[in-house]
Amino acid sequence: MQAPMNNGCGTPQAGALSGRATLAEAILRRKHRWGEWLVERGIFMVSLSAILMIFLIFIFVGREALPVALGRTNNARIQKPIVAAEIPRLSPEKLAAYLGMTVADLKTYDADTLRQLVELKGQELQDIGNPDARINTTSWNMMTEPYRWHGYDKPEFIWQPVSEIPKFNIIPLIIGSLKATLVALLLSVPLGVGAAIYVSQLARPSVRETVKPAIELLSGIPSVVLGFFALIVLATMLQTVFGYESRLNAFVAGVALGLTVIPIIFTISEDALSSVPKAFTHAALALGASPWKAAWQVVLPAAVPGVFAACVLGFGRAIGETMVVLMASGNASIVSGSIFDSCRTLTASIAAELAEVVFGGDHYRILFLLGALLFAATFLTNLLGDVVVHRLKLKLEGSR
Amino acid sequence: MDNSKDKPIVQINRLNFWYGDKQALFDINVGIAPNCATAFIGPSGCGKSTLLRCLNRMNDLNDEQRIEGTITMHGMDIRAPEVDVIELRKRVGMVFQKSNPFPKSIFENIAYGLRLQGSQKKNHLAERVESSLRRAALWEEVKDRLDESALSLSGGQQQRLCIARTIAVEPDVVLMDEPCSALDPTATAKIEELIQDLKRYYTIIIVTHNMQQATRCSDFTAFFYLGKLIEFDTTTKIFTNPANKQTEDYITGRFG
Repeated sequence: MQAPMNNGCGTPQAGALSGRATLAEAILRRKHRWGEWLVERGIFMVSLSAILMIFLIFIFVGREALPVALGRTNNARIQKPIVAAEIPRLSPEKLAAYLGMTVADLKTYDADTLRQLVELKGQELQDIGNPDARINTTSWNMMTEPYRWHGYDKPEFIWQPVSEIPKFNIIPLIIGSLKATLVALLLSVPLGVGAAIYVSQLARPSVRETVKPAIELLSGIPSVVLGFFALIVLATMLQTVFGYESRLNAFVAGVALGLTVIPIIFTISEDALSSVPKAFTHAALALGASPWKAAWQVVLPAAVPGVFAACVLGFGRAIGETMVVLMASGNASIVSGSIFDSCRTLTASIAAELAEVVFGGDHYRILFLLGALLFAATFLTNLLGDVVVHRLKLKLEGSR
Repeated sequence: MDNSKDKPIVQINRLNFWYGDKQALFDINVGIAPNCATAFIGPSGCGKSTLLRCLNRMNDLNDEQRIEGTITMHGMDIRAPEVDVIELRKRVGMVFQKSNPFPKSIFENIAYGLRLQGSQKKNHLAERVESSLRRAALWEEVKDRLDESALSLSGGQQQRLCIARTIAVEPDVVLMDEPCSALDPTATAKIEELIQDLKRYYTIIIVTHNMQQATRCSDFTAFFYLGKLIEFDTTTKIFTNPANKQTEDYITGRFG
């Protein structure tokens, strides 16, 4: 359809806009905005490099852990002895590995010396009395299943990476990490979400202005200071209150860890709760809900995706936090269901041991494996969290 | 019942209202007749919504507010210190300008107010949900999808859901703050029809910008201008023979 012409809309006045470019002149010249293009590319490159770096770190950690993860390492002290007559038939690599030297070193010896070395090695192997020396302790079975070691009266999970027979069972570390994280979340989720509900929904503005920055300030405390506090003050205090045996344990570490996680859960939940439209609160109040009921029954359910995301991030922070647990958990790698026993976490093991391992050795590789496990755990949790949050959002928005 | 028909259900006397230092209402005196629809009209910022929100004390949420004068409902001062504002709001329902259903299912939206009043029985809830939805002329459209999110409804349906939610708790008075301003003419017509129907059960006070709407669905009309009540009379009188020059100018569209 077209508007009828000459309908009294007024005719363009010549001269009023004279001197101005015609439409074609104005818009047909495409300008190249080089400055903007450059800034845009620059930002793109920076963000790309950040993603790339994370990717490279993961590749590096994964590469170091790969031989152990794929079961290619063998640290059994006793191997099948090689008879001197077999020497000519063996590949130099295999022989070098057997004798514990490099191929280059091997080539400096003549056949006679080699034969003597092989015989000596055979003698040495026969002298080792510990039957555990036959075991490849870096296999997945030995890393994850209990085993009755020589001198023990029942199968156990043991992490003793620097004993004569290194024992690399990672289960105690995983349990330790989970225990400390669980305590931390049990403490920080109710406190963090509760404080967020109070501050965003119930508190007067003046209270909000003081409480919010105060809680957020907690996240500014260096974790080593918090660990120090937990080690010296909190541990004694909690021991007096609860009367358990070992002063440093998963509970103390978890409580201190909770203090580091509270600000994260609080900040993100508070954002989520504050961004729920006030219209929901008003609707509930107008129906005769008390402010508390409106917050709990209407606003919180509407903010559940954000609050859940806050908890997932809190979990990631808790399981990855190192200094606090290193200082406050007692670091005993024992398998126990009680949170009042000492525990050793994945992160604390890496931090405490990595500086002292043989570069490229089994222990070194297993610590990298622990790092990869942590990486995978946080990655999977975040992924799962994202999926759940997405589902919850869809459900709330009603587009199923 | 007949006796109370003559007496106003809500009586506002010498009401002054301030937001901080700014006075929003000046010496308002109005009596609202029961089981009638009363329209508050006037240009933006004239205080009609403020007055409405005094009636269920939603203005209490604003820290800066100050109020003088009396508002009585059934002869009781609703601003008396011993009045529980939460209980008051259960008796004075409110429908907002922008529809604001909870992000819950259609059923839960209506059951929420009933639950607040303490009814938990599934049968009872289902009955009340159905009757409210029927009164709000929404039942036929949603009866097969009560479990779906209320946010999946159209704008007009959402507003009718909000009305259903408000009347489910059987309030004495229903306040409507420009309930149709965000709706298209078809949805508006449905809600106006609904108001006509709801008058039988409830006293309705409706704030509106739309003068045709006031003529179509109200019995009484109050015209506000700059925080003052200029004229209050039957809707017919206001729109055919206004006593005040300002009212006449406004309803004939000369300003506002």
